[in-house]
Amino acid sequence: MAAFLAWLIPGLGHLYQGRIAKAVLFFVCIVGIYAYGVYLGGNSDLGYGRAVYFAFRNDEWRLPYICQIGVGLPSLPACVQAMRMSNGKAVFFGGFMAPPCPIDSHGNKTLPENDANYQQPTLDKLLHDLNRYFELATFFTMVAGLLNVLAIYDAASGPVILIPAKKEEQPDKSEKTEKS
Amino acid sequence: MIYPINMLICLTFFERLWSADIWYCLPAIIAISLVYAATRHEAMGPILRHALRTGVWITGFMAVFFLILWLIS
Repeated sequence: MAAFLAWLIPGLGHLYQGRIAKAVLFFVCIVGIYAYGVYLGGNSDLGYGRAVYFAFRNDEWRLPYICQIGVGLPSLPACVQAMRMSNGKAVFFGGFMAPPCPIDSHGNKTLPENDANYQQPTLDKLLHDLNRYFELATFFTMVAGLLNVLAIYDAASGPVILIPAKKEEQPDKSEKTEKS
Repeated sequence: MIYPINMLICLTFFERLWSADIWYCLPAIIAISLVYAATRHEAMGPILRHALRTGVWITGFMAVFFLILWLIS
């Protein structure tokens, strides 16, 4: 249960377990870096969150989304937008996390002109307009997703202890001195 | 003796560094260090100390590669 909650919203699994400080830390770090990536991957004209989208189709396999989905609920609007686009319905919120318009091998849009999403930018336009910020946004959102995998593991199995507890050794030494 | 041309090169270097995209790594380093450390400790004290060590290690690693690439270029 805690692992599922940790996936759903970073830190929620720890909050459920009563580990409030770690919950806050995970939420601030992971959601913060994810939100920064969403902000970098867009602008007021194109819409925000353009680097987070679900697209597994002939013209593109968006593999970074596999990492981005690790953030959980904040990455799920991309699935909703992809479903709407594949069903021919207009995407929400000005294209927030919407997949780019599909293109053929010549770079022409494959959607019919009367399609509700024909005006959505192509991947070429996104890369041209956002330039390096598209890659930075992809990086930040991917890192957020991968960090949440660590947080999920922590919620499910507890912290990975690197340093053995020293307190257990001290009573043994005192016992030896008492005996001697 | 410091020649003006050396100072100019140095100033240009730091000016470019100040406005460079490398600063985008700062939030990533902070978040990665803190989350990584938090998965290895339970109390906030050890988490922060471990995060600081990890952050310094990552920054040092990047600085070494930065210097190597800068010298090569």
